[in-house]
Amino acid sequence: MNKNSNLKVFLNGFIKENPIFVLVLGMCPTLATTSSAENGLGMGLATTFVLFGSNVVVSLIKSIIPDKVRIPSYIVIIATFVTVVEMVMQAFVPALYESLGLFIPLIVVNCIVLGRAEAFASKNSVLKSSLDGLGMGLGFAFGLTLLGSMREILGTGKVFGLTLFPDKYGMLIFVLAPGAFIALGYLIAVMNKFKKV
Amino acid sequence: MTYILIFISAVFVNNIVLSQFLGICPFLGVSKKIDTALGMSAAVAFVMTIATVFTYIIQEYVLEPFNIGFLQTITFILIIAALVQMVEIILKKVSPPLYQALGVFLPLITTNCAILGVAILVIQKDFNLLQSVVFAISTAVGFGLALILFAGIREQLSMVKLPKGMEGTPISLLTAGLLAMAFMGFAGIVK
Repeated sequence: MNKNSNLKVFLNGFIKENPIFVLVLGMCPTLATTSSAENGLGMGLATTFVLFGSNVVVSLIKSIIPDKVRIPSYIVIIATFVTVVEMVMQAFVPALYESLGLFIPLIVVNCIVLGRAEAFASKNSVLKSSLDGLGMGLGFAFGLTLLGSMREILGTGKVFGLTLFPDKYGMLIFVLAPGAFIALGYLIAVMNKFKKV
Repeated sequence: MTYILIFISAVFVNNIVLSQFLGICPFLGVSKKIDTALGMSAAVAFVMTIATVFTYIIQEYVLEPFNIGFLQTITFILIIAALVQMVEIILKKVSPPLYQALGVFLPLITTNCAILGVAILVIQKDFNLLQSVVFAISTAVGFGLALILFAGIREQLSMVKLPKGMEGTPISLLTAGLLAMAFMGFAGIVK
C-alpha cells in the first residue's frame, strides 16, 4: 500500500502533472534550450539534479525554517545546488556548458523548482519529496528531449547525431525562435486532445 | 551611437521574450488584458533597471576584487528577491488597485528569468555601468512591447471559436510563434 503510493508520487510528475505539458511551468528553458535533442536532455538532467537536491534539503529542514522567510530560504537552497551544477558542468562537459550558456544559472529561477519546494517538499516526508523531485525532473527532461528531438528532426533532419534525411529538406524555422513556440504549441494541443478522449 | 545601437538591438532585434526566451512565464500569464500587461511591464521595467545597477556594482566592487565570482548566482538572486519585496511594499501603499491587479505575479517577478538574465548578460557582455543601464531599460521596453502587443492579440482572440484541444496554452504559443516570426524581420538592422 505504502509502496504503491510512493510509486504514484514518482509517476505523478511524469504523466498526470508533467511540468511542461500539463502544468506549463518552466517555459523559458523549455523553449530556449530545445534547439537540439542533446541540449534538451542535458538541460533536463541538470534541472532534475537541482530539483532532487532542493526537494530533499527543503523537506529535511522544513520545520526549522520560519514561515515568513521560507521563500528566500528556498531560493538560497536552490541557488546552492545550481552553483554546484554549474561548476560540475563547466569542468566535465564544457561543450554542453557553452551551448546552454545563460540558462544554467537561470535554473535558479525556474518556476518548477521553487513551485515543487513550496507545494510539495515543504509539506511531505523526505522520501516522498525526493521521489517527487526525481519524477518531476525526469518528466521535465522527457518533455525537453521530446521537444528537442521534434525540432531537430523537422529543422535539420538529424537527431542525436543520426541523419534521417538530408539537411536541405529541413525547415530551418523550427531551430530558430518562432519554431520553438509553434512546435510546443502543437505538442500541447496534441496532448490535450488525447487527455480529453 | 553605441547607446542607440544597444537600444534598437535590445528592443527589436534581440527581443528578450521573442528571441531570447526570457520572461516567458509572465508573458503567457499576465497577457489576457492590456491593463494588467501594462502594469506588469512597468513593474518589470522598474525592478530590472534597479536590479541591474545593484548587481553590476556588487559584481564590480565585491565579487571581482575578492575573486568569488562563483557566488554570482546566489548573490544576484538574493538582491533581486529583496528588491522585489521592496517594490511590493511600495506598490501596496501607493497604488492598491494596481497591487490587486498584479496579485500573485508580483512575487513571481523574483522568479522572472528576464531580471536575472539581464543582470548576468550585462556582466557577460562587458558593458560599463551606463551601457548596462541603457541595456536594462531597453530590454524592459522590449519586454513591454512584446507583452502589450501579445495582450492586444489575445483580447481579440478570446472571442474566436477554437477547436477543443487548441484552447488556452496551445493557441497562445502559436500566436507567440507568429509574433516571433514577425520580429525576425528586424534581424540584420544591427550587426
